[in-house]
Amino acid sequence: MNYAQHVLTHLRKDLRLEWRTKDSINGMLFFALLVVVVLAIAFDPASYPTMTRQISGGLLWVALLFAAMTALNQSWARETNNHVLDAHRLSAAPASALFVGKALANFLFVTAVEVVLAPIFTVFYNLHPLGETWKLLIILPLGTWALVVNGTFFAALSLRSRNRETLLPLVLLPISIPALLAMIQATTSVLTGEFEPTLWIKVLVAYVVVFTTACVLLFQTILAAD
Amino acid sequence: MPMTNEVRDAAAARPDEIAAPALVLDRVSRLYGSFVALREVSVTLAAGSSVVMLGENGAGKSTLLKLIAGLTSPSYGTVSVFGESPDDQRGRIAYMSHATMLYDELTGLENLTYFGSLHTEGVGRAELEVQAATALREVGLDPEVGSLRARRVGEYSQGMRQRASLARVLLSEPDLLLLDEPFSNLDVGSAQRMIERLLAYVAEPSRSGLARTLLLTTHQAQLAQPLAQSTLTLSQGRLVSLIETGGL
Repeated sequence: MNYAQHVLTHLRKDLRLEWRTKDSINGMLFFALLVVVVLAIAFDPASYPTMTRQISGGLLWVALLFAAMTALNQSWARETNNHVLDAHRLSAAPASALFVGKALANFLFVTAVEVVLAPIFTVFYNLHPLGETWKLLIILPLGTWALVVNGTFFAALSLRSRNRETLLPLVLLPISIPALLAMIQATTSVLTGEFEPTLWIKVLVAYVVVFTTACVLLFQTILAAD
Repeated sequence: MPMTNEVRDAAAARPDEIAAPALVLDRVSRLYGSFVALREVSVTLAAGSSVVMLGENGAGKSTLLKLIAGLTSPSYGTVSVFGESPDDQRGRIAYMSHATMLYDELTGLENLTYFGSLHTEGVGRAELEVQAATALREVGLDPEVGSLRARRVGEYSQGMRQRASLARVLLSEPDLLLLDEPFSNLDVGSAQRMIERLLAYVAEPSRSGLARTLLLTTHQAQLAQPLAQSTLTLSQGRLVSLIETGGL
């Protein structure tokens, strides 16, 4: 089996597990909807359309970030039940394929939540983007991958910690700040049309390339840790 | 701790096999905080050995298996499997622990097809499913019988889970098979069938052409006697003896 086939095998397994349990998607969706609805009630978006456009990018990504974190720990919990992770440690398959497969699965789960959340978000916040909307098709997948690739890695890193639910946000949030800044600014630029998102998209691409490479290279060490 | 007389005798009995040992532990100690789980254990097992490890609860049996599997590192001393570190022998070692190492949400066949795919090269999905079904059939979990094809591992009884776990490790066709109390949840009949399967497994040469090596822990020494070519005894983290007991 080549590397891509190993990744696909892990991805297929994670999708099948999620299809049967719905643990990740249900939790994320509920959490993200809750944040969006509560914030929509907290201030009246219809009365302040300009301000709403300016902060909507931030609200969307913060809701997705926190929602994704609820799923990231869950995704590795499946591997620790029955000590399945030990079977992976003993397998001859490349360890990083397990990581890439899981990150791809998490990416698909968060994307599924985005697909449901986007129209609801648009309606609740009465959004009419003033910039080039098609650029969201670049920004959303890039931003989502930036969140899940680090999140999946640091969730694995915190697996052996007794306080892993606390440790993940403590590690993930600071390290995600550059990505968050880039994805929020890029999204805001599309919604307001006040500035070009190109620079922020480039920052996001650089972040994704650097952190994906680092996570893939370091995962074997994380998996082999005592 | 220096090697006991029995250990030296067992080693001296098969000088030809010592030239290519499956396992060498050299003064291995494992500490958990201030607790010493293993204390200067030295042992050499030739390829093709079938060894039953005995010892009271907390004697260090499971720790020793985890060290050999490379799932934990020794605090002192060295572990060598087929002349290399256990980490460099991934795929050649299989370990069955108290936990099943299977996904509860998948069926037995799905689990084995998945794990089988991680261990085999150039085998198609259909072929993998056939191999997985055969492995399950050999431990009495034929996926074509009754509701087993659709039944998830989480819905299995403890004994079925244990047998599915054995099927998982055998499917990877390891050169070194480590089993931690494989008979603990089985009735006598199932345990007997498991022993027969293990006897057949050890008798076959591995994919690499080496004789297969088996090391298992149990509290049921009588039951495991047919597999006990040698018996290794641990007590309070120390190697007490390694003697030939004439199994196989």
